[in-house]
Amino acid sequence: MPVDVLIVDDSAAIRKILQRVLRHAEIPLGQVHEAGDGLEALEKLKTEKVTLVLADINMPNMDGLQLLAQIKASAEWKHLPVIMVTTEGNQSKVLEAAQLGANGYVRKPFTADQIQHVLAHLI
Amino acid sequence: MTGENHTSPAISSEVLAGAIQAATEEVLATMLALEAKAGQWTLERNTSGLSDGVVGLIGLAGRWAGTGMLSCSATLACKLSALLLMAEPEAEKGGVDGEVLDAMAEITNMIIGNVKNIVEEQLGPMGLSIPTVIYGRNFTTRSVSEGDWTVVRFGCGDEDLEVRVRLVPGREPHPVRHGFPPPQAVPV
Repeated sequence: MPVDVLIVDDSAAIRKILQRVLRHAEIPLGQVHEAGDGLEALEKLKTEKVTLVLADINMPNMDGLQLLAQIKASAEWKHLPVIMVTTEGNQSKVLEAAQLGANGYVRKPFTADQIQHVLAHLI
Repeated sequence: MTGENHTSPAISSEVLAGAIQAATEEVLATMLALEAKAGQWTLERNTSGLSDGVVGLIGLAGRWAGTGMLSCSATLACKLSALLLMAEPEAEKGGVDGEVLDAMAEITNMIIGNVKNIVEEQLGPMGLSIPTVIYGRNFTTRSVSEGDWTVVRFGCGDEDLEVRVRLVPGREPHPVRHGFPPPQAVPV
């Protein structure tokens, strides 16, 4: 079954890099959608079919942890796997993401192998 | 850096320089497959004026606060962007464009973000702002703050990437003044 991914990051460069990593990963990739912040991501979730979310933490308007909280509190989206992809290495942020229900945490800078390793455990 | 009037312990310039070097080398090697040679770190009171180039700025806030800054020539910015995105260098097409500026913003974010992760262990938690990138000619940057910049320059082929961080004790928040109503917006 194809995996439809939503990439959420305010950096167009990171969205481009993650698209490339996903295309070369050993997963049945379906559609890839993009959002520049948490608010835009929630709008995409309402209109697009998404089965995996990759989200940064530090973003304007709505950050990644707020987005994660919204997704996991939603009856419709709570089972969506969410992987945080972020520069934040602060242990309190990692713990907060885990407590909110994040399914994976990848710190920037990342290699393609690190992303693929996390995906392999979820898919 | 000193911390006489501050509850958090200070961090030495040498440790900060080490954090800058480690973070920069990791980001460049991992995301750009680029091995950059770090020069000897220095302390500088003011930022250097640039004749032309690209500057990435990002703020840090917490019990210690300040700014992280990357600077390089337009040519190197195009090269770094191409390496990050695995694309053709824009210098061969026409120069710095939105894609190059976005790439430099993200490189600034990753390097200074990782410096933050290292120094937080001593200075306590810090927030990171959204990065800003400036591109132009004949401009000078100034930061309104006392304290020295810890500067590390990295040789990237024929060009240099400069990474500098300044951290000073953060401002204490204004205390609540009981008896005064909270400020309200005045309709215009």
